[in-house]
Amino acid sequence: MSSPSVPKPVERGTITKKGIAADHPTWCPGCGDFAVLAAFFKTLEKLQFPQEKIVTLAGIGCSSRFPYFVNTHGGHFIHGRSLPFATGVSLGRDDLHVFVFGGDGDGFSIGGNHLDHAGRKNIRLTYVIMDNFVYGLTKKQTSPTSPQGFQSKTDPTGAIDRPTNPMRKLLSSGATFVGRTHASQIKHMMSMYERAINHDGFSVVECLSECVEFYKGAFDAAVPRKGGAFEIIDEDEHDVTDMSASLALAEEAWPGKFGVYYQKKEPTKNELEGAIIKKAQAKSNGASDLDHLKATFAMMK
Amino acid sequence: MASEASAPPSRSEKLIQDAVIRLAGDSQDGIQSIGAFLARLAGRSAQEVMTYMTIPATISGGPSIFQVRMGTGEVLSAGDEADFLVAFYQHSHDEHVSHLKEGGVLLYDSDHVELDESDTRFLKVGVPIASLTVEALGGSTREKGKNLFTLGLLSRIFQLDVEKLRRIFKERFGGKSEDILRNANLAFDAGYSYPIDNVLDRYYSFQTPDESGEPQVTMDGNTAITLGLITGGVRYGSGYPITPWSTIMEMLRSQLPKYGGLFVQAEDELAAVSMAIGFAYSGRLAVTGSSGPGISLKMEALGWATMAEIPLIVVNIQRGGPSTGLPTNVEQSDLMQAIYGSHGDCPRVVLAAQNVKDCFYTALEACSIAREYSVPVFILSDMSMASRIEAFDEPDLENLIVEPSLDLEDRPEGYKPYDLERITRHAPPGTWIEGGKFPQVTGLEHDETGHPSANPEMHVKMMNKRRDKIRKLADSLPPSKVFGDQEGDTLLVGWGSTWGPIRETVIRARSNGEKMGHLQIRYLNPLPNDLEEIFNRYKNIVVVEMNHEGLYGYGQLASMLRALTCNPGIRSLAKTDGLTFKIREILKGVQERVQ
Repeated sequence: MSSPSVPKPVERGTITKKGIAADHPTWCPGCGDFAVLAAFFKTLEKLQFPQEKIVTLAGIGCSSRFPYFVNTHGGHFIHGRSLPFATGVSLGRDDLHVFVFGGDGDGFSIGGNHLDHAGRKNIRLTYVIMDNFVYGLTKKQTSPTSPQGFQSKTDPTGAIDRPTNPMRKLLSSGATFVGRTHASQIKHMMSMYERAINHDGFSVVECLSECVEFYKGAFDAAVPRKGGAFEIIDEDEHDVTDMSASLALAEEAWPGKFGVYYQKKEPTKNELEGAIIKKAQAKSNGASDLDHLKATFAMMK
Repeated sequence: MASEASAPPSRSEKLIQDAVIRLAGDSQDGIQSIGAFLARLAGRSAQEVMTYMTIPATISGGPSIFQVRMGTGEVLSAGDEADFLVAFYQHSHDEHVSHLKEGGVLLYDSDHVELDESDTRFLKVGVPIASLTVEALGGSTREKGKNLFTLGLLSRIFQLDVEKLRRIFKERFGGKSEDILRNANLAFDAGYSYPIDNVLDRYYSFQTPDESGEPQVTMDGNTAITLGLITGGVRYGSGYPITPWSTIMEMLRSQLPKYGGLFVQAEDELAAVSMAIGFAYSGRLAVTGSSGPGISLKMEALGWATMAEIPLIVVNIQRGGPSTGLPTNVEQSDLMQAIYGSHGDCPRVVLAAQNVKDCFYTALEACSIAREYSVPVFILSDMSMASRIEAFDEPDLENLIVEPSLDLEDRPEGYKPYDLERITRHAPPGTWIEGGKFPQVTGLEHDETGHPSANPEMHVKMMNKRRDKIRKLADSLPPSKVFGDQEGDTLLVGWGSTWGPIRETVIRARSNGEKMGHLQIRYLNPLPNDLEEIFNRYKNIVVVEMNHEGLYGYGQLASMLRALTCNPGIRSLAKTDGLTFKIREILKGVQERVQ
């Protein structure tokens, strides 16, 4: 009957680390993003989606180079707009596994508005924000998550603006899965990615990923081998469906806790739009596109 | 009062070819619906029709007009002056009486309008429209229904087909409560049976069309674009509300689900264009659109679409600029923006629709160009066409419809999205690539696989690749058609909605013995290859457009054509008063510019 139907996926072999890796990353040696990429590969190896059904998308920034390093269909879009771009991909093709990678500038600054709306619309996709508290690609300017006092080229005497609280921002966006992890904790990262991917809805993970070039040591307070504490949320104590409790966690003092802050099943926009389409098509009783067009023109006579 | 309309007595009857009727009132009076009924009636009577309306930019209330021109011959513009003015209020009279022809009929609501008795320029017909409507419908309706009462009066004066009109009411009001349809008929009957003979000594009657043509479809330009997009295979899109684009997104939102598609209202213009690009990348031909301010915001993403070679339809319903400008007036000042608005050398296709019918066909053509050349395609329309109703022959939908398809067939090993040897054909996500190397789409300069490349030679090759396909499109365009004299003194050149007024001007000038031709350019980027040759056949070329002559004295298209052809004979007739061109304005402007 109607055009936009999706053929059944063809099974093709298995995803291996070798098969999923593409270009060698252009990141600086020691960058936290290498670990994020490695954890992503391992998660995909575990989940074994058909490789052609995986789409990796990004905006602009160091971390947004991600799609070139992953051998899947991929798109490197413009600064800050990766989420609406990915929204189009997700709503256009509900059969795909849509991943978006980006940094704190892309997500919380230039693209901040889109985060709020992709969240409230509960678009089916997974978004990883590789937060390094600094603009790295442009060589050390203040980012929306840079703490007050951070000396950058745009704040030589120290940042004066209050930073965005990433967890609070993500929770208030309406995202239905909000997690937090750290690039130095591969296993935790993998478990966060896996849970985010398996969540049916807009899932977002903030991953602290150190910029060794422009903000060395930013996240040491959460790295045990550097004397910090990596404190994981105890889900027996924390109800992930309780927004107030999640917001309270978001208010905890630096470096805060890691794990799933919030998770709740809500209808996705993908489902809701699908229901509208289904209803409209049921009402028209198998009419073809041409029948619909002719009926509309008949009303214009 | 008679509840049934009786046939008009046979009295002095004046046969006319066309009539321009201007209705002036306030926006809540429903005068747009009188115009829409008349337009639909004309379409069903195989008559030509064109309407013109202004709505105030205020949120509710305020003066509003609707002008309808209907006739037997070809109706090319909404008419310079009105033959009939219907004035509901004193301000409607005062504001619009200067638009009435001398000797024209001034029909006014004598409850609200007082005339200067000494003014004898017009045939004055006073009818207590407000009080008679209240009387016909009963006390609580206040003055609602005045529009249908007036339509009744006009139907009597112009001997319109009452049965057809009643059918149109039924279609319009039938789905609502019975009271509404009954009241509509009551008000209409009261107007129709008003003894207009006492004040107007003749009836008017349209000549019957020479050939009994097929019934036509009547719609406004935005509806025509919407239906053209659907016919062309667009099933997905995203937009953000802005006048005068919103009606397209509203209609797409409600129409697309039954075609299995969807339209998303985005959080802003940047998201709207990005989502549309996302749809397109996922393998769905998609549309976004806006008016000037919103198009400005989309420009970065549109540059990406050129770079990544993504098929996309972008609609700009132009309004008066710059900035917030004149949001409910007409202008054609976004031509340069459409062609050059993104940063970098960023070729894309720009088409301009020239009338309501052409809005449909331009949208259809935009879809096929976007697919064929894997490129963003602009459709330029404007405020005047957006809401103007015209009648045209029903398109041959069976042969025109393009059912969208999603090509997820396996691609062979070595598949390259940016193959230098051919026009890009993307493999949407979900497509298996033999050998398992998947493509990237990107705004960075890239090699044939889509991976970043700053290689100087590759950049030059890719710049040429993106340019060459637009040249190829130019080579495939049909020869430009000149109307009127194929050579001679003067060629009038226009683009977009100025088609009608320019055409009418040329007809008038030629009937006065002038050697004049008319060329309306539909393809603005790329321009057709044959323009220079055509221009060489005329002594004078005057480019007529609704934008500003700028620093150097030439409108936007005129500047482009001078740069292209180095022809010093190209003159510019440009204006930005927010109104469509009148025939006499063009005649006068041309006269001042030619040798």
